[in-house]
Amino acid sequence: MKVKAVTLMEVCGTHTMAIARSGIKKLLPDSVRLISGPGCPVCVTAQKDIDLAIAIAKEKDVIMATFGDMIRVPGTKESLYSIKAQGKDVRVVYSCLDALQIALANPEKKVVFMGVGFETTSPTVALTLIEAKRRRADNFFVLSNFKLIFPALAALAGSRKIEIDGFICPGHVSVITGSIPYEKIAKNYKVPCVITGFDDNDILQGIKLLIGQINSGEQKVEIAYKRAVKRSGNTKARNILKAVFRPADSEWRGLGIIKKSGLALRKEFRCFDAEREFKVNLPKPRKPKGCICGEVLQGISSPVDCRLFKKACTPQSPIGPCMVSSEGTCAAYYKYGA
Amino acid sequence: MCLAVPAKIKEVKSQSAVVDFGGVSKEISLGILDGVKRGDYVLVHAGFAIGKVGKAEAEDTLKLLYELREVSKQDLR
Repeated sequence: MKVKAVTLMEVCGTHTMAIARSGIKKLLPDSVRLISGPGCPVCVTAQKDIDLAIAIAKEKDVIMATFGDMIRVPGTKESLYSIKAQGKDVRVVYSCLDALQIALANPEKKVVFMGVGFETTSPTVALTLIEAKRRRADNFFVLSNFKLIFPALAALAGSRKIEIDGFICPGHVSVITGSIPYEKIAKNYKVPCVITGFDDNDILQGIKLLIGQINSGEQKVEIAYKRAVKRSGNTKARNILKAVFRPADSEWRGLGIIKKSGLALRKEFRCFDAEREFKVNLPKPRKPKGCICGEVLQGISSPVDCRLFKKACTPQSPIGPCMVSSEGTCAAYYKYGA
Repeated sequence: MCLAVPAKIKEVKSQSAVVDFGGVSKEISLGILDGVKRGDYVLVHAGFAIGKVGKAEAEDTLKLLYELREVSKQDLR
């Protein structure tokens, strides 16, 4: 009997790396195909937003703080890393709270946090901004490049470019969001969703549950990471997020502008908006020639389809963001094989 | 980016806690998670506790971190 092949998308970059490291792909039968999705925040940040961070970091008396992966992502002309080498003050922080501490310790400087991340990260930034307001840190600013995963899942599930039979859903985003928002995705797009942890066994269990749903013709949400994820998620974190940010349209690399898939600061917190504070000239965004990160992020292409992969584009001298980030699909394929 | 590591709560302060990552202590924020007490296991992301986690799985990861620390100590010798 011929078995119908199924395509499962792992949405989270941490899953991409865990799957590559474990060798699970090679153990699965040919009828089960795993593809990577848009869950690496550094990778999905639009070129123009990276250019904006670089331009602001070059302004006088600015300290730019961001997460480690972000600084090596090439902008149109430069990267935060290359301007740091030229003497600009760019710092890597572990937490947004560290960036606020830098601002409090350097009142004569303007400290900008280049924020990227999904629902796991944005509440930590929201709380930091509440703290910044309380401490009247008027030299602290945030570039909000935060993304919401559900509008992207809906865009992919509804896309005609790719057929996805099931989503391996992000475990740590779901610690915050809970499983309820996936229910709409499963129902509206008739696609099974399983929230999965990050151990090899967790991932295998997630795949098993998805195959079970596909075989029985069901499309529901299951939690295979019950030790950390509850259906209701972390309500306090979501309330803090809502108090500081509101959904706004946002551009994703590869996916384009997705309605209400980003976060903008609410009126009460707009004084911290770096985009309002700095008026800078930006170069016309230019995609690196030959780079197919945009297609890789949608699961349409694999890194091995890219003519730059492992040749011009390596972790030592990355051309596209998917090779820069430790969670990028190209970085995972480079390190562990296709 | 959405990496989160389990840690054991050693001491709860008003809005923060000292946690143990398999032998390494660090102060983290409790600002976005309610109901945390000493001895609980939490997932830590970017300096914040984001959710509680079952003891068994947390202990597995922490044991690994502890072993890693011991191995790197040996490497330094």
